Formats: sequence, C-alpha cells, structure tokens
Amino acid sequence: MNAWLDRLNRSRLNMSSPVRVVVAKPGLDGHDRGAKVVARALRDAGHEVIYTGLRRTAQQIVDTVRDEDAMFLGLSSLSGAHNHLFPRICQLLVAQNMGDVIVFGGGIIPQDDREELHKVGIRAIFGPGTPTSEILQFIEEARNEANVGVGGSSDWLWPSSA
Amino acid sequence: MALALISVGDVMAIEEFQRAREGSRRDLARVLSMIENGTASFFDKTNVDRSRCLSMAITGSPGVGKSVLCDQLLTHWAKAGINVALLAVDPSSPRSGGALLGDRIRLKSVDNPSVNERIYVRSIATRTSSGSVPLIVRDMAEVLHDVGYERVLIETVGAGQAELRCAAVADRIVLVEGPARGDGIQAEKAGLLELADAIVVNKSDLDGAQKHYDEILESISLEQDEHPKMFLVSALEGRGTELLSEELLHLPSTERAKKSRIFQHLLAAHEQRLTQHPQLNDVLKQLLEGTLHIEDALSQLNVRN
Repeated sequence: MNAWLDRLNRSRLNMSSPVRVVVAKPGLDGHDRGAKVVARALRDAGHEVIYTGLRRTAQQIVDTVRDEDAMFLGLSSLSGAHNHLFPRICQLLVAQNMGDVIVFGGGIIPQDDREELHKVGIRAIFGPGTPTSEILQFIEEARNEANVGVGGSSDWLWPSSA
Repeated sequence: MALALISVGDVMAIEEFQRAREGSRRDLARVLSMIENGTASFFDKTNVDRSRCLSMAITGSPGVGKSVLCDQLLTHWAKAGINVALLAVDPSSPRSGGALLGDRIRLKSVDNPSVNERIYVRSIATRTSSGSVPLIVRDMAEVLHDVGYERVLIETVGAGQAELRCAAVADRIVLVEGPARGDGIQAEKAGLLELADAIVVNKSDLDGAQKHYDEILESISLEQDEHPKMFLVSALEGRGTELLSEELLHLPSTERAKKSRIFQHLLAAHEQRLTQHPQLNDVLKQLLEGTLHIEDALSQLNVRN
C-alpha cells in the first residue's frame, strides 16, 4: 500500500520535465534497427522520443528539432555518409539559432572519423555494441553539463565504450 | 494585446511569445513547451477575436488512418493559403512515463517545401497527470491561433478518458472510422458518435468501407434529427479528400455535439481540480486504510453532490 502511495507521490511531485529527444535517420539509409532500439531505450527511461522515420534531409531534421523543441538530437547512420550529413546538420542548427541542442551520433562511424565529428559539436558517438544504459547515462550527464549544445563553448566529450 | 501570457517560473516567456507572434517558430515551440511543462499559462482571453479560427479534433481507433488523413488536410489547407497546425497527442507509457512519438513518419506535408512554411506539427505525450492534458492542449491551440494558425488539428486516439477529453476541447470533432472494425454498433458503444460533428469512413480503397459507411449512416439516422455529416474517403490514395478538406474548413457544429463537448469540459475541469487538490494524498491514504467513507472523502475534497 505504501509503495503504491509512494509511486503516486513521485509521479505527482516529479516536476522535472521529461527530456525530448529527436531520433533521426539522415540520408539514403534504410537501416533503422539501431535507431529504433535507441528510441525504445530512451522511452523506457522516461524520455519523450520523436522518431523522424527514414531518409530525411538535413533541413527536414533541423525543422523537426525546431518545431518539437527537442533538447537532444540523435543521428543514426550506417551508410557511410556521416562525414557529409552530420556536419551539415550541425551547421544548420547553429545557423538557425539552435546551438543549444545537444547532438549525439551512432551507427557505423569509424574511429578515424570521430574527431572531425566532435569538432563540429557532436558530443558523443556510439558504435555497434554500445549498451543502451551508456546512452542513457550520457543523456543524464549531458543535460546537467553547461554549454554542451552543438554550438556550445565547452570541450566536454563523452568517452564512448564502442 | 488581448491574449496575455502569464509566466509562472520563466520571465523569458513574454519575450518569446512576442517573437513567436512575429513568426519565429523556434520561439513558438518554446512557448508551447512552457505550457506543456506548466511554467506558463494564459489569462484574459475575453477579447480575442477568434471568429476566423477553428480547432478540430481528429479522433478514432488506432490504425484507422488518422495521421494520413491529417496529412491530407494539412496539405489541402496549406495550399489554400491557410496556416495550419497539428497537435499529435500520443499516450505516455504508464510504466516509465516516456513516450515514442512517431506520427511524423506518416506526414509527407511537412517535407513538402511548397507548403511546409504554413504547417506546424507538434507531438505531445499525455505524460502522467492525465487530468491536465486536455487543458494543456487547449492552451496550446489558443497560442497557435494567436500567432496566426487559423486551423489547429488535434489528433488523438479516441480511447481512454484523457484522449476523449483532448478531443472535446476542440471546437469541432471529426471521428475517423475504417472498414473491418466491427459493425456500426461498435462505434456507438465508444460514446464518440454523439460527440462527432463529422464522421469520416476512411480506406474506401479497401473492401467493406462502403458497407461500414452505410451501417453507420443507418445507425445515426435512426435516432438523431441533426446527425453529423458523413464522408467516405481514401486518405492514402487522396480519393475524396479534396472535397472533405473543403467541407471541414467551415464545418458547422450540431447542438448535440456542443452539449456533449461542454459536458466533457466540465468533467476535465473537475478532474483537474480533484487531482491537484492538496489533500488528495491524505484522503487516498484514509480511503486505503478504510477510515474514511467515499462520500466523506468527496466532501473533504469539496466535491459535494
């Protein structure tokens, strides 16, 4: 009985708003298993996930982030076009006054490519085999970190395990 | 300014609201978030001229094609030069409180550069406190009207009280039905027929749609003097949707639907008062312990009969 009341209390008193995350699949890439696994893990952790569906352009993704007022943007790519698409999206976000959006990426992203992606403001890259708990941990830490948006001044980066 | 924003926790709200009115969608999205999070709300709506504006709920069972139908309406209306917004309401997971909001996947209009300047789409999760969702949705629709969106669609699953009441805060309710969903009696059981100003039978490209249309028509003609307008369309193939969008643009309401909606408003306001009552937890505890009778609980919460 007390457990039930506790839960009721928690849900009523928990005033911190859920984190809104856009999970997006840019470019010509039909593989969305990974994106869906991440979306589900985020939902199960209590976040609100807006999934864009496949084959979005950079502008479409940025428009979605803007209209949905998302705090995070997760980009998934398994096509090899990440070096072109990810920076383009980051530039558009900054250009359109959304430099406070925190961007992370995932998929098949070789280690050699990651430094360049971090330079354009992507704070974490999650490769195959990353436990979903690590992504949730990243969300928790990044939301409490200052200036880690895509246009933020901090040099904070997530040390990915995979 | 006739419609005033009251800021509860965030002093930025008024500036952002002003920028939203000047056309900044980034600021519009932020103001809507504040309303959703309860850090801003509205007062003094008395002098607002809303004669040009209309909010319309699109409701129906999962899988009847609400999103695709909304997509068609957004496209047709935007092409006609009308600014139109869609609030897509989806349930939060009762276990985790999170939500997977995927209505955008089916929306082609937001990707169409010839119309998407006139289209604003926002996904809304019902979150845990279902009692306040309808009022949040109503406030969001007010904001959208105020910043220039003349039509606001509210897409919601017509099952569950929170969803039903989200529909009831709209000026008009459109019920979407599809073939192979049981007979017309099923629709009647759900209590939605009496709320509806229009009934759209979707998926006319599939077998049984015409039959379902006929059954519902027969069912509503039996008892109602002024029954809701009925349409048979295929949102997927765009069949009948042009006529539908023209008819829905200035859809009149029936007295019966008005009365049902007002009743839902009353229930929503009542439920919100109840769920936000400071003594609710004490009363619940006493009820659990068996030390309080339900009638006494109601009077303690100032809900007397």
